[in-house]
Amino acid sequence: MARISTWVGIALAGALTLSLAGCSSTGGKRAEDARAAAAAEGKAAVNTPRWTFAMITHAGDGDTFWDIVQSGAKQAAVKDNIRFLYSHDDEGQQQAQLVDAAVDKKVDGIIVTLAKPDAVKASLARAREAGIPVVTVNSGSAESKEFGALTHIGQDETVAGEAVGEELNGRGREKALCVLHEQGNVGHEQRCDGVAKTFDGTLVRLHVNGTSMPDVQSAIEARLQSDPGLDAVVTLGAPYADTAVKAREGAGSDAEIDTFDLNAKVAAGLEDGSLGFAVDQQPYLQGYQAVDLLWLYRYNADVLGGGRPVLTGPQIVTGDDAAELREYTRRGTR
Amino acid sequence: MSATTSDTADERFLRLPSPLRRLLSRPELGSVVGAIAVFCCFALVADSFLRASSLGTVLYASSVIGIMAVPVALLMIGGEFDLSAGVLVTSSALVSSMFSYQATANVWVGVGVSLLVTLAVGAFNGIMLARTRLPSFIVTLGTFLMLTGMNLGFTKLISGTVSTKTVADMEGFTSARALFASTVTVGGMHIKVTVLWWLALVAVGSWILLRTRAGNWIFAVGGNEQAARAVGVPVTRTKTVLYMGVALGAWICGQHLLFSYDVVQSGEGVGNELIYIIAAVIGGCLITGGHGSAAGSAVGALIFGMTSKGIVFAEWNPDWFKFFLGAMLLLATLLNTWVRRRAEASK
Repeated sequence: MARISTWVGIALAGALTLSLAGCSSTGGKRAEDARAAAAAEGKAAVNTPRWTFAMITHAGDGDTFWDIVQSGAKQAAVKDNIRFLYSHDDEGQQQAQLVDAAVDKKVDGIIVTLAKPDAVKASLARAREAGIPVVTVNSGSAESKEFGALTHIGQDETVAGEAVGEELNGRGREKALCVLHEQGNVGHEQRCDGVAKTFDGTLVRLHVNGTSMPDVQSAIEARLQSDPGLDAVVTLGAPYADTAVKAREGAGSDAEIDTFDLNAKVAAGLEDGSLGFAVDQQPYLQGYQAVDLLWLYRYNADVLGGGRPVLTGPQIVTGDDAAELREYTRRGTR
Repeated sequence: MSATTSDTADERFLRLPSPLRRLLSRPELGSVVGAIAVFCCFALVADSFLRASSLGTVLYASSVIGIMAVPVALLMIGGEFDLSAGVLVTSSALVSSMFSYQATANVWVGVGVSLLVTLAVGAFNGIMLARTRLPSFIVTLGTFLMLTGMNLGFTKLISGTVSTKTVADMEGFTSARALFASTVTVGGMHIKVTVLWWLALVAVGSWILLRTRAGNWIFAVGGNEQAARAVGVPVTRTKTVLYMGVALGAWICGQHLLFSYDVVQSGEGVGNELIYIIAAVIGGCLITGGHGSAAGSAVGALIFGMTSKGIVFAEWNPDWFKFFLGAMLLLATLLNTWVRRRAEASK
């Protein structure tokens, strides 16, 4: 044991010396702190009772997109004096159990995603019996009303795909690659289907292993090399856009890279021209609106959408919007 | 081998010149035949497969698996598993990125700290294994789950989001990228620096296994731990160092991830540990330990790289992607086992 603690001591001392010796005068945490002069924590803007809302999503661990949804929901919760609970599980059955748990807790409102609608159906019926209002977000626009939700807030994936197809037409593209990073994800299929529907050129699909970036890169690279006719690559998630740019360099292709969803790197890529356009479904708005609408319903029995989904996208974002978006993507709200 | 085996040996085999006989008893022979079969298959069905640039892509895909497959193979020869290897790659990249960023330090500082942390995780696996006497499957499964949680938890706690902030504008980035993620162009073929790391690791791994006392120890602890202990082989130390070897590979891969994409997604890496093990097994490592080679693991990684990218080059229907991948791997392993049996039967 003594030997181990000596080693730990040496390691710590080494780490300390290293960090004292080599400071970076560019980038890093200090630069970020300098940029954001501590955005003040918001205060409740209303004096309604402190209701509890639960949000249960189908997000996997560590997904940037759901992080942004959450930050929107939290912002609205602060403003509306709401206690906000968040949980997630990418297995349909587990997600249903989380909804059950929220119903058991007798929360004052539930926000749920319907990526696997049938799994969650029974749990939503329980919520309805218990008199808990439900708002669905992101996926499930078709089932939302049938399952008794007040409103659906999100983007229709097919509509978003169609917008991409039209944008590609406008840019004179003839053969595009649709990169799917999760095999069997219905939303992803719908996006590619939507693109194929409006795109006048040919659309080819490529499945990649989304948990390994080198694999994504080499797969796209291989595809671009095998088919020089490809003049556009559409990735379905923001983190994959930058990887596609690297693959394009590796393959020596001049295809345009476009993507669904935004993040800081995509905003930077749009600005420096390495990306063509991004289609944004505004995840921040999905979280924010869901909490706000539940509050409005509790407070004033207001409902939005008149029984139809309230769309948060698609919004096509190009280099012209990038400068403005960069700051927002950096703080994790776009 | 004793006299009884040479009595039953095939006469024709005995008449073969001895270098050829030695070759046929090599553990990686089967996988080499499998690799040639996979190569020929894709060379025939995909016209773009044989282009220099395509081969560069295949080599890159193989190298990121291969860098990990070498130490994983050594560990398997030593009779143990490491299920935490895939996530450790991500952990290593995260530590490096977040330490540099939060301390606003030169990125090389983060790279150094990451090496210490990653090696410490490897040592933890080895020491836990020795202290608890639990099977390595359980110990490293525990590490795997803890690392997965820590990757997410710490990243969220420190950066506020699930991916790290970019370190591309920080000091030292350019030189670190040159070492871990640069590309060399040789005659129209883009060769990633990971390929060089991979070859170096295979060379070092083979040298350790075949030319050093530590190599004998590894075969001994994997073949029969009790016997090895009885003749004075330091079993605990050998296994701990083997786990630290896996950690070293994870560090190299992790730094490659960080400096080639400059932002790290904290949820990545899950599932890759199996790919490394598969590469080692295709390359002739026995799951029970005591048999295998570093060069074989490289051939295994190459088969994996060729298959996964060859399917793309051949433009086969993507819905069946995983099926093709599985079938190809199974065929390669079967061929490998068959050739090895033939070689062993004629020994």
